[in-house]
Amino acid sequence: MVRVDGSDVDGSLIRVRNLDKTYRRGSEEIHVLQGLNLDVSAGEFVAFMGPSGSGKTTLLNLLGGLDTPSAGSIRVGEDTVTAMSGRRLTGWRARHVGFVFQMYNLIPVLTAYQNVELPLLLTGLSRAERRRHIETALALMDLSDRMKHYPRQLSGGQEQRVAIARAVVADPTFLLCDEPTGDLDRKSADEILGIISALASEHGKTVLMVTHDPRAAEWADVVLHLEKGALVDSPREGGGS
Amino acid sequence: MKYLHLIVRNLFRKKTRAVLTLGSIAVALFLFGLLVTVETALSQGVEVAGADRLMVINRVSLIQPLPISYRERLLQIPGVAAVTYASWFGGIYQDEKNFFPQFAIDPESFLKMYPEYSVPPAQWKTFLGDREGCVAGHSTAKRFGWKVGDRIPIRGTIFPGTWEFNLDGIYTGKRPDDDTSQFWFHRDYLEERGPDWFKGYVGWYVVRVDDPDHAVDVVKAIDARFANSAWETRTDTERAFAASFAKQIGNIRFIILSIGGVVFFTLLLVTGNTMAMAVRERIGELAVLKTIGFPDVSLLGLVLAEALTLAVLGGAIGLGLAKAFTLGGDPTGGMLPVFYLAPSKMALGLLLAVMVGVLSGIVPAVTAMRLKIVDALRRV
Repeated sequence: MVRVDGSDVDGSLIRVRNLDKTYRRGSEEIHVLQGLNLDVSAGEFVAFMGPSGSGKTTLLNLLGGLDTPSAGSIRVGEDTVTAMSGRRLTGWRARHVGFVFQMYNLIPVLTAYQNVELPLLLTGLSRAERRRHIETALALMDLSDRMKHYPRQLSGGQEQRVAIARAVVADPTFLLCDEPTGDLDRKSADEILGIISALASEHGKTVLMVTHDPRAAEWADVVLHLEKGALVDSPREGGGS
Repeated sequence: MKYLHLIVRNLFRKKTRAVLTLGSIAVALFLFGLLVTVETALSQGVEVAGADRLMVINRVSLIQPLPISYRERLLQIPGVAAVTYASWFGGIYQDEKNFFPQFAIDPESFLKMYPEYSVPPAQWKTFLGDREGCVAGHSTAKRFGWKVGDRIPIRGTIFPGTWEFNLDGIYTGKRPDDDTSQFWFHRDYLEERGPDWFKGYVGWYVVRVDDPDHAVDVVKAIDARFANSAWETRTDTERAFAASFAKQIGNIRFIILSIGGVVFFTLLLVTGNTMAMAVRERIGELAVLKTIGFPDVSLLGLVLAEALTLAVLGGAIGLGLAKAFTLGGDPTGGMLPVFYLAPSKMALGLLLAVMVGVLSGIVPAVTAMRLKIVDALRRV
């Protein structure tokens, strides 16, 4: 279940209340998010849409603990993200959040295998355990035969699949995808969206995705629009929200 | 160790730049290795000087002799335990460039005075019984391919004529930096064949004191004993004598420190620039690592480890090359008899490399640590 009206819902995985984010540009204050509310249950695939500068990426950054709000609170499960210190937030991100970026953001000097291994280096897993996890994640992305390839040796779609493998390898609580298909052709984009959708529907992952592309948004269970710093339901989304 | 491949991969992502920086550090540390080797060679006497030995020379200058009769008078001074003497011969073996120091000595007392030198007993016994005998240091014998039993002709410059010696023995030093370039022969032979003006004289005396704590008192007593005589003395500890001798060439330590300082500063600039560029180019990647959950301290460690690896690897190459160079022996043909890069100096060089690594890496590392993820990702 996804709600944006701020009424308490039992069993929400992500609960955002009265979220404000204000930037200062010189003497001018820019209110990007104003009193934003959001409740997302586990296993939902939510797409955020909105014009450029509407605050989609800002919202994603706040949800992922990459930025701090000017006011309001974010809870994920039992954790109040907005009350955490920088150091705790870093550890929390490592355990609970998987990030997928528009430009893939793989480390170019590492192979696909080594890129996927990065989040696991922060865990106490042994080398053999790490290998098992990595091979599983890459197999899930249909990249078992590309493990030793460097990013420059992969197509855009393959790079993004490696990035998704990296995002899910440590089994995070939820995935944050920022324009994951923005740099891909239609065919590759559909492949990636199929994978992300399957992660939610088949593996129970909660996915929050920012996109400009209405066709990409169609893959989501719920589409929310950012308008004037707050979220509103998509007309497509009926009583489900 | 989990991050080792990440460090190495990042280090060599720009191979040309990494190799050039490594090369700069290696050349600088090679230079450092050679400089400290030369410094050691020039101040070698200071390093190995006996704490209980005094040098007694003519007050006018080292090249003015002292009477042989002083030996007995020195032995009578309180605090003096033993006395030996030597004279500079200054001969030429085959060619002027084949320099090595030759001393006319009193064999019995000389070897007792310098227990750091070792001669096989049978060879020493032969030398004692051979008036024309000589003992050469290991490095000199090796340099000219001499073997025990060889006949060594030396052309005198201070003492005219060609002097022929039988090589009865080869001495070695008990420490790696002991001087094994010397050539000893009997003072009696010099007395017998030498010019009249040198008969009854020696070049200098070496005195052992019974207690190094009383060295200053003995120094004063010796010079007071011969004050107002025809051959006044100037006495010093062997260490002070060696230091003043080395200073005649110049303030070597100051020169070394000055050059070393310039090298160190240049290295800081070169390595610091490399690391700054490396971090600037990877701002986005570092932000991704932070996003994934790499703690600030890990990023600090990764960047510092890169700088350290670069500096230590380059330093090890440079010092290794310097060591290999010194193993070839004195390149000056005798001016630097102890041409030896000691392990302690290599450790010092490595420490210098570590300092370069830390200092050059600290600013980029702190930059990486303080990176604001949101700002950095916006730049990707």
